[in-house]
Amino acid sequence: MAEKLMKYAEATDKYDVVFGLETHVELSTNTKLFCPAHIEFGGEPNTQLTPVSLGLPGSLPVVNETAVDYAIKLGLALHCQINEWSQFARKNYFYPDMPRDYQISQYDKPTNGEGYLDVELEDGTVFRVPIERAHIEDDAGKNTHVGGADGRIEGADHSLVDYNRAGVPLIEIVTKPITGAGDRAPEIAGAYMRAIRDIVRALGISRAKMEQGNMRADVNVSLRPSADAPLGTRSETKNVNTFRGIEKTLRYEIRRQAAILDEGGEILQETRHWDEATQTTAGGRVKSDADDYRYFPDPDLVMLHITQSHIDEIAAQMPEMPRERRNRLKDEWNFSDIEMRDVINADALDLIEETVKAGATAAGAKKWWLGELSREANNQGVTLEELSITPADVAEVEKLIADGKLNDKLAKQTVNFVLAGEGTPAEVVEKRGLKVVSDDGALEAIVMEAMEANPDVVEKLKSGNMKPMGALIGAVMRATKGSADAKSVTKIVMSKIK
Amino acid sequence: MSDTAALVQLTAAEMAEKIRNKEVTSRELVEAHLAVIEAAEPQLQAFLKVSAQEALAQADEFDALSDEDKAKLPELAGVPIAIKDMIVTEGIETTAASRILEGWVPPYDATVIERLKAAHMPILGKTNLDEFAMGSSTEHSAYQNTMNPWNTECVPGGSGGGSAAAVAGFEAPLALGTDTGGSIRQPGAFTGTVGVKPTYGAVSRYGAIAMASSLDQIGPATRSVLDSALLYEVIGGHDKRDSTSIPEPVRPAAEAAREGAKRDLKGMKVGLIKEIGGEGFQQDVLDRFNECVKLLEDMGAEVVEVSCPHIGYALSAYYIVMPSEASSNLARYDGMRYGLRVMPPVDVPQTAANMMSYTREAGFGDEVKRRIILGTYALSAGYYDAWYGSAQKVRTLIIDDFNKAFDQVDVLICPTAPTTAFKFGDKIEDPMAMYVNDIATIPANLAGLPAMSIPAGLSGDGMPVGFQFLAPQKRDEVMYKPAAALEAALEEQWGGPVWKSMNTPWLEGLNK
Amino acid sequence: MSTFTREEITHLGDLARIALTEKEIVRMQDELNSIAESINTVQEVATDDVQPTANPVPLEAYLRPDVAQKPLTQEQALSGAPVKEDGMFVAPRILGEE
Repeated sequence: MAEKLMKYAEATDKYDVVFGLETHVELSTNTKLFCPAHIEFGGEPNTQLTPVSLGLPGSLPVVNETAVDYAIKLGLALHCQINEWSQFARKNYFYPDMPRDYQISQYDKPTNGEGYLDVELEDGTVFRVPIERAHIEDDAGKNTHVGGADGRIEGADHSLVDYNRAGVPLIEIVTKPITGAGDRAPEIAGAYMRAIRDIVRALGISRAKMEQGNMRADVNVSLRPSADAPLGTRSETKNVNTFRGIEKTLRYEIRRQAAILDEGGEILQETRHWDEATQTTAGGRVKSDADDYRYFPDPDLVMLHITQSHIDEIAAQMPEMPRERRNRLKDEWNFSDIEMRDVINADALDLIEETVKAGATAAGAKKWWLGELSREANNQGVTLEELSITPADVAEVEKLIADGKLNDKLAKQTVNFVLAGEGTPAEVVEKRGLKVVSDDGALEAIVMEAMEANPDVVEKLKSGNMKPMGALIGAVMRATKGSADAKSVTKIVMSKIK
Repeated sequence: MSDTAALVQLTAAEMAEKIRNKEVTSRELVEAHLAVIEAAEPQLQAFLKVSAQEALAQADEFDALSDEDKAKLPELAGVPIAIKDMIVTEGIETTAASRILEGWVPPYDATVIERLKAAHMPILGKTNLDEFAMGSSTEHSAYQNTMNPWNTECVPGGSGGGSAAAVAGFEAPLALGTDTGGSIRQPGAFTGTVGVKPTYGAVSRYGAIAMASSLDQIGPATRSVLDSALLYEVIGGHDKRDSTSIPEPVRPAAEAAREGAKRDLKGMKVGLIKEIGGEGFQQDVLDRFNECVKLLEDMGAEVVEVSCPHIGYALSAYYIVMPSEASSNLARYDGMRYGLRVMPPVDVPQTAANMMSYTREAGFGDEVKRRIILGTYALSAGYYDAWYGSAQKVRTLIIDDFNKAFDQVDVLICPTAPTTAFKFGDKIEDPMAMYVNDIATIPANLAGLPAMSIPAGLSGDGMPVGFQFLAPQKRDEVMYKPAAALEAALEEQWGGPVWKSMNTPWLEGLNK
Repeated sequence: MSTFTREEITHLGDLARIALTEKEIVRMQDELNSIAESINTVQEVATDDVQPTANPVPLEAYLRPDVAQKPLTQEQALSGAPVKEDGMFVAPRILGEE
């Protein structure tokens, strides 16, 4: 049942868009937020538990120092008010993946209060996103639905619960309602999420891999007739876990809500879900009394005291923030604004930096990561990082080209073999015998053969028409399976027709 | 009187001394108590589970230690102990006297259990209680009633009726309880034993099944003040696994108790809490209380009346804070990870949510359900400020009252409970009547104070009366001195411990 | 003042995941109303100028170093499970709306 949608341009023209994001970032601490169970992605089910994270009777939470320090780091990066006293509160609701049937979170006394983040859009515009809070809480376990179609919750017969993830520390960054974005709301949301991702990575506080669930966001959207009208009823689309999904959710919700409002309808205050398959949001549960979470200060924990001197200590160790770093690298690499933007959009900044560190030129590194390798990643449907080629490999290929040991074509073949898992570039070159045929005697013979087979081409060349040179080079390349150096071929041909 | 009967009637400190003098082994002590348990259980039903094999093995392990190693252990080393079944014990079934935890064998030990094991104190078994420690008579146990050794038609008090009855009936020289609103002290008063609630945070709660986290505290149940002091020193002190544990060493309670036995209280100021007593208090409870006050004065203490004006609100605040925290603490019993699971009837959708609802309906008793519903209400949006928020403010006022009182006096006193032990069934149908029984014990929990009940004598119908001391936060030792002094003075009057007046038919047939 | 209606108790039962029986609801209504009446008195003295107390003994949080300790084995973790499968706890059908 397709929902009615208004054209996007019309929707943003007619209505003022207000949106907000609640971003969950999983911290990469060694142990859980409230107990010393080691955290590891993808371990055997129910092997990363203590009595605390399994919620056994009698067990008690004790706060992980590193998780608090990570929260302070993020608070500083987001220009948050870091509260001297903060408090953990219980959020009470029943769910099979919650070992205590309450989540330990923060309520009216979060560690990080108000702040902001400046995000840079594609055209260089800087938009300030106001932050309401960034609080600490623990994650739930994981349900695997069994017996239904394709592992979905609907129609499943029963679920298997692995509590390994239960108790993993999260920071939830909550924006204030973001206004004034207009039709650029989706772009701003995407840029904000990428900025958060870059920041938490730079801080080293999260692996920030969306595909592993290290980051996910709830997207709140409401529309109102004009910027001075009161806020409209909002929808909340839960757990969107790709950047594109977040942008598309916003776009879709704006169009859907506009269509309803246009017909005089009412927006339901409800939670929705982004469906990647249909590229729509689906209605979930209407907000009701069931959302009475009965927050109260967790009596098993006491007030968290963060001194200014501790904050200063952490502030002194803060790494360079991503925006500053980007500007510095842009200068160092001598890239234009547009080139740098392409690099950012391709998510290739870290990779290029590492490639340069491994010895390649910035231009050379960019050519590979944004060209051939981006295409390959796209074909495989993976991120650049997930390709089975490292920045060191790319730098090695560049060096082989610079040394004249590979030409462009061979370099591409080498890279393809590396991607196919055949080894490092040097190994591939060795194993496959890929090297530029630079033995002039051998090459000369092949060129002569080609010239003899194409007398008409030779005639034209002799008459000063250089256009068909390519045909000759092509023939040589075919004969040498691409290992000839085009420049050498040209040189030999020229010497023969003189 | 057989040797066994004489042995089990010693105090724990005396048993420990006999061990040091090699007059008795730990195994002999364990065997003697197991014999009493076997003889007494048909009448008392204090234990939910007797861990005889484990206790004997622990005793043997202690007995095999060298004298040098034994000398490094706490004074009570080798003396056996019973544990309220609200405290988790690795490998020994722990149920909180609830159907919902029936058969649950914990994979870990509470911190206090680790400390008892480190002190080589054998664990005799797990004692009965009101389900999840919710009650004042132990009648809310899902498994059995425990009888008061003084009169088996009467309740032993609650929630720790099992621990108190076991100690009073000589089934164990020592026991651990948990005290949320009086669950150690009120059973102590009802059974003529000593019951102590230490300062909140003085003893680790790690492994104590939570009822109301900001009120719960583990403490000793014994037959003498010194025994409580010694046991408190074994289990007390900082624990990094409990965020509410006070990061300080245990207080010198045993030293204070020994000092008190000299019966010299000159220079001590004792405050009689004006607001506790009078209406609703049984006359002979008040009579025994006043006689004790006179004894304290005779030993040199100056007794003055002090006022804690907000104490009248304590019961109300307690019956908001306690169920609120309990409603959240008991959420985890949902049929997923341990304990009972009950699937819904066939005409109800077989979902996880319904499984939880039917499990909790079947697994919890009436009192537990009542408190969960009340607590759920008190925390729910729209009522939080009026209820939970207000109750927390009352706590502040009560703490302020006590602070002012302790500016004037060293310790505070009042009766432990308004009545002596009542008959089975007397109050079970009327929750409010049952709740009022905790009126004198609740204030210490709300304020986090240490408090102790000691026997003050008997009522007209021969049932024990309790006398309560309260001390300032983190200064537990302060109450042990006058308590030990009063105990010594009373025992001189009576010509021995209060239990000399108790009939113990289960000790008659013991032979050894 | 706050009085418990039948509907309210049913709703609280839902929130607390207890499938209360008809009989229990009726009985609890009386009991809770009597308890509520008595404990409403806290509001008399809980004025705005009084700070709430969450922990009776004021402490600052002790923070635990981020060092791993031995976890429970899978067998220990699952030892109490009412139903288990493939090293995991089994939940009956979970409805998306929950």
